[in-house]
Amino acid sequence: MSTSIDSSPTPPPRSGTATRTTPSRVVKRKGMLAHTGLIVGRWLRAQYRSPALIAFTLVQPAIWLLLFGQLFKGVVNLPGFSDSSYIAFLTPGIVMMTALMTSGWNGTTFIADMERGVMDRMLASPVRRGALMAGQLISNATTTILQTILVFAIGIAAGARYDGGVAGYLVTIGASVLVGTAFGSLSNAVALLTRQQEALIAIFQFVSLPLTFLSSIMMDPKLAPHWVEVVARYNPVDWAAVAARQALSADPDWASVGRHSSYLLAFTLLVGYLSTRAFRTYQRSV
Amino acid sequence: MAKPALEAIELVKTYRGARKKPPLRALDGLTFHVPEGVVLGLLGPNGAGKSTTVKILTTLSRADSGTARVAGHDVIRDQDEVRRAIGYVPQKPSADPMATGIENLLLSGRIYGLSRSDAIRRATELLQRFGLEEAGGRQVRTYSGGMQRKLDVALGLVHRPRVLFLDEPTTGLDPEARADLWIEVERLAGEEGMTVLLTTHYLEEADRLAGQLAIVDHGKVVAEGTPEALKAELRGDSVSIELVDADTDGTVRTLLARLPGIGEIVVDGNTLRARVDSGATAVPAVLGALEEKAVPVTAVTVSRPSLDDVYLRYTGRSFRAAESADTEGMAA
Repeated sequence: MSTSIDSSPTPPPRSGTATRTTPSRVVKRKGMLAHTGLIVGRWLRAQYRSPALIAFTLVQPAIWLLLFGQLFKGVVNLPGFSDSSYIAFLTPGIVMMTALMTSGWNGTTFIADMERGVMDRMLASPVRRGALMAGQLISNATTTILQTILVFAIGIAAGARYDGGVAGYLVTIGASVLVGTAFGSLSNAVALLTRQQEALIAIFQFVSLPLTFLSSIMMDPKLAPHWVEVVARYNPVDWAAVAARQALSADPDWASVGRHSSYLLAFTLLVGYLSTRAFRTYQRSV
Repeated sequence: MAKPALEAIELVKTYRGARKKPPLRALDGLTFHVPEGVVLGLLGPNGAGKSTTVKILTTLSRADSGTARVAGHDVIRDQDEVRRAIGYVPQKPSADPMATGIENLLLSGRIYGLSRSDAIRRATELLQRFGLEEAGGRQVRTYSGGMQRKLDVALGLVHRPRVLFLDEPTTGLDPEARADLWIEVERLAGEEGMTVLLTTHYLEEADRLAGQLAIVDHGKVVAEGTPEALKAELRGDSVSIELVDADTDGTVRTLLARLPGIGEIVVDGNTLRARVDSGATAVPAVLGALEEKAVPVTAVTVSRPSLDDVYLRYTGRSFRAAESADTEGMAA
């Protein structure tokens, strides 16, 4: 999953090769895990050293749920709307939106590393590229899980109720983690390719609005123009929202949950792989 | 001779030009060899290709053509071995500012495969050695520039590399911090027998630290040797004459050029610099000639050849002039 090192044939042992054992697939896989753990540690420490930042990212979802949820309370009365409570409909959507918005900033940490010599020092070390990516994404996933729980707390405080049991909440958390991971890794890739804070933020804002609105986050797409419904079918954020809402309902269509979750997982793995390849492009340009 | 710890052969690297700018040839057939245990100084103005060379040797970047070997490993085919054998101190500060000094060192040590307890031992040792014991538990963003730079070097040393790359280690440091770091680098090479590649645009730094020097200009090595040998190649002394009024019409220059034993006169503002066979005989002659024409003089100094003279000889311009000419439009 990482660079050419992994895919190249194992080099023959050389005299004078430091103290390390000859790299083999097994050693490498172990290295990948160990390195990922180390990188996760780095980001978790940084993250929980400034917990205020996480609280800050909850301001927006709170406003959406409390203001928007009240303002559009009446849309459930439109004929054809699939839910009877708007706040219950909106909360899983806002969970996904929060995961998306927070992860979009992921790349800024990569850019900070590039602006200093941290990234170059790391890339000149034997650390696995996949570990640099995965470590940061796992740390981001812990934030996403925390946020998901807190957004639910706000939603439930505002009156949302769900008939689905624990499984529903677990599916929602899983889906939000996938959204965060997929778009977090894309953000990291854009960071590696543009190497500019401004460019990253501009690109992300350009992308996140359509992803949010061309989906079922705020509105049942059945009530939207047909083309929106069609576009939403291909929107990974919508897959997550649909899977979560289904799983939380009284009588979930598990086939639909499974289908949407699989799409989302496949999408996450694909962009995760492609994003890790962006290290190569970055290195070609330094 | 020991087998070379570093070899760069005919390296060529061209960067795609930015919008409406021609491509930039950063390296143009750069070649050098460094035996084990030697401090090589890559000396050149900004944009000469020093950092690009370091990036290729540390596997960060790839040359368009040419080969390079570090500690016997090819930088493209054996990337992993190269990465394990080297320590890299980038030009920019390379510690994570949000983590503490210790955390930075531990992370780095563990990435290179040290066990947790070994990494802790090594981190403590390095903090002590660089006088950072007290700061070790503080976040790096609270460090002064000099402290950060020391930590950067410590980070490059955690895994006891065989080859250390120091990319402009003292740029931006105050003189005191610079002197501190010089002592450390001297120790590395002396006591630990490490091979060090040091890039610098400070002549004084190169002269003091480098056992071997490669002068880089426009992506090529134009001269190579020990600082002493390079200076010894320049016969005679250097005389510099500071005039009260600048020699705008060239009369002083012509006057001096006519004297015997004087060559290569360079005018730099109010100062004329000339290479002479022997300072002792040239100075009376120069003063005599100037007095005869009643040219007022502020000072005359004689000096043994410096690296600046060496640089001038091989690149055709003084180091300072090269610096100011090349910094525009050429980001390292």
